[in-house]
Amino acid sequence: MDFFMQLLVGGLTVGFLYGLSAMGFVMIFKSSSVLNFAHGELLAIGAYFFLALTAWANLPIPIVFIIALGGCFVLGLLVERIFLRPLIGEPLIFVIMLTVGLAAMFKGLILLIWGGNLYTYPDFLPKILEIRWGMIRIPPVYGATLIIGTLFLTLFGLFFKFSSQGIYMRSVADNQRAALSLGVNVKRVFALSWAIAALVAGMSGMVLGIINGVNVHNLSAIGLKVFPVVILGGLDSIGGAIIGGIIIGLLETFTGGYLSPSLRDVVPYIVLVLILLIKPYGLFGLKEIERV
Amino acid sequence: MEQILLQLNNISVVYSDVIQVLKGVSLAVEKNRIVSLLGSNGAGKTTTLKAVSGLLKPENGRVTDGTILYRESEIQNQAPETITRHGIIQVLEGRQPFKYLTIEENLRVGTATRWGKPYRDDLERVYRYFPAIEKRRRGLAGYCSGGELQMLVMGRALMAHPELLLLDEPSLGLAPLVVREIFRIIRRINEEEGTTIVLVEQNARMALQIAHYGYVMENGKIVMEGTADALRENPDIREFYLGMSAAGAVKSYAEVKSYHRRKRWL
Repeated sequence: MDFFMQLLVGGLTVGFLYGLSAMGFVMIFKSSSVLNFAHGELLAIGAYFFLALTAWANLPIPIVFIIALGGCFVLGLLVERIFLRPLIGEPLIFVIMLTVGLAAMFKGLILLIWGGNLYTYPDFLPKILEIRWGMIRIPPVYGATLIIGTLFLTLFGLFFKFSSQGIYMRSVADNQRAALSLGVNVKRVFALSWAIAALVAGMSGMVLGIINGVNVHNLSAIGLKVFPVVILGGLDSIGGAIIGGIIIGLLETFTGGYLSPSLRDVVPYIVLVLILLIKPYGLFGLKEIERV
Repeated sequence: MEQILLQLNNISVVYSDVIQVLKGVSLAVEKNRIVSLLGSNGAGKTTTLKAVSGLLKPENGRVTDGTILYRESEIQNQAPETITRHGIIQVLEGRQPFKYLTIEENLRVGTATRWGKPYRDDLERVYRYFPAIEKRRRGLAGYCSGGELQMLVMGRALMAHPELLLLDEPSLGLAPLVVREIFRIIRRINEEEGTTIVLVEQNARMALQIAHYGYVMENGKIVMEGTADALRENPDIREFYLGMSAAGAVKSYAEVKSYHRRKRWL
């Protein structure tokens, strides 16, 4: 039972992180129909930003965290401005291939600067967040993840539901032609969705770095897990991304715990294949409102 | 003579660099007027509107020749973001709501041209014109009826305070009573807000009732123009667009022989 609880909390947390980073992926897809193959690298860049700032600059951790998030946001804006905007109006396959190229470029840059070694962050989380419950010991990072993750979800939820810019972003995802006809600045919407996606991915990367250590190969492999997650949840559903992430995270951890650790990385892809066979639109995929 | 707000000088529009849709269209729209653009399917009415609003661009179309003057400055081939900020808003054909947004959120998208300004009063104003949609303000637009959607998309455009409103087939697929209601509101918007309106319609009878001036298009050209009254009395218009015989009676299929008038402008 203790072992089960341990796995459950671990799975939930990791799943939550998968879900958050998948949320960024879904946002880019919804607004511009682009599948971002560089998502894993965005995760990694977030983790390395954080690493660099904690190692070099002697600043308090919360400030480092915020600066790193800001860096990710700006990076997302820059990527959109420099690489994606010139391709607006070109066939989608060009844009998708561009993200594949971006992935290789980012990975190469990270390897060039930091090499392929495993880094770990200094231990900085307060011990208060550690939960002890009988035999179970849950490291503080899990509690912190749940708090930060929920905070982010709430903030973005409010942003999309109530702020004007959030509503413009949803309108572009819904019907781009109509949004254009009303003068919505579609380019700004694309830029913002890349920026927010990079920010959320970067945040997941930082936290995953705290849990597993920072290594470019591991982190970009996690980025690849975005695919099973979004296929499970439905490519165009932000809620689906979160729930899909949690399911994949739990499956992975339980497989690792009860069956075999070597299977844990395979399970998400088995789920991916099964979902594609049975329910290709995913759990919460677009159910088009049809009324004539 | 009233001040001219919009002027198209001999414009040609080409899609994908090969398909020529407009072949030299010229028209003028006076301020605070309703101008109606009639014509059969494929005549180029919608393309004319899109040329003005800049929405040709995402469809790979371009104004290749001629000029579009809005308040005496050229606006052809500008991006829709720029043109909407001049105060030109097009209401697209086929309604195009944001299905997964509520009515009120749909209306709020109409504030995109003046992001950050207060919009509460405008919401109230739109609800005054269209009381039918106020009842459903929290409901998803995807579940509204056709009439409600038409009101929604027109209200959404009003939120932008347009100076020139381009309406593309507002009567499409609506019940006759709803059509009458919609046209009544169009006239009210014109009278109370002073909005200049260009109205593209298949329903020539309705359009000529509320319009001040009309143009008839065919095959990418303007073939006839005149005041709405003159057009209503024109025998060609009566025959081809209003479904009446030249004598004035409603055309009957029971007549043994029916002669088609020649379209003399062809």
